[in-house]
Amino acid sequence: MFLARVVGDVIATIKHPALEQRKLLLVQPLTGDGAPVGRPSIAVDSVDAGVGDHVLVVDEGNSAAQVLQRPRGPIRTVVVGVVDEVAGA
Amino acid sequence: MLFARVTGTVVCTAKVPSWRGHRLLLVQPTDPHGAPQGRTLVAVDLVSAAPGQRVFYVRGREAANALPDADNPADAAIVAIVDDVRAPASATGDAPGGTSRGPGAG
Repeated sequence: MFLARVVGDVIATIKHPALEQRKLLLVQPLTGDGAPVGRPSIAVDSVDAGVGDHVLVVDEGNSAAQVLQRPRGPIRTVVVGVVDEVAGA
Repeated sequence: MLFARVTGTVVCTAKVPSWRGHRLLLVQPTDPHGAPQGRTLVAVDLVSAAPGQRVFYVRGREAANALPDADNPADAAIVAIVDDVRAPASATGDAPGGTSRGPGAG
């Protein structure tokens, strides 16, 4: 899991059936103290997060399948929490 | 899932049977604004993408899961054609004009 900032929405009409009806968010990974680090990626939302939110993201297929309550598919990156606070970073 | 631009097609007459019926595309990974980033790779196409289009792809085991029969060796699969990325400058810290579009979108 990693911390990230939601920096955008991604709109895609033609997509894999597993992505239908899913909100896609552009997430920028962050260090513990909130500095951007690494490449932004596209994540499926599961917690109704929006642009500007500080979030927790999983990047592993089995975790994604559990969160989305689906059999294992092509999704591995999912926003699983909206972060209220990070202490001791 | 990561952004890329389709740069070409890869034709293999002899290929693993589990990929039969699927095209292989050459893609250049990009940042959210479309700037090339990292090295070119070959991905299985699930969305009938064409050269020049902006797409996103999934890596690893989940790429194989994108095909109807998950028992295949794919390590990258194109799972969507990007219409638009709405990234307000205030969220990214970028210069104004954060919204970026693919070439076929505007």
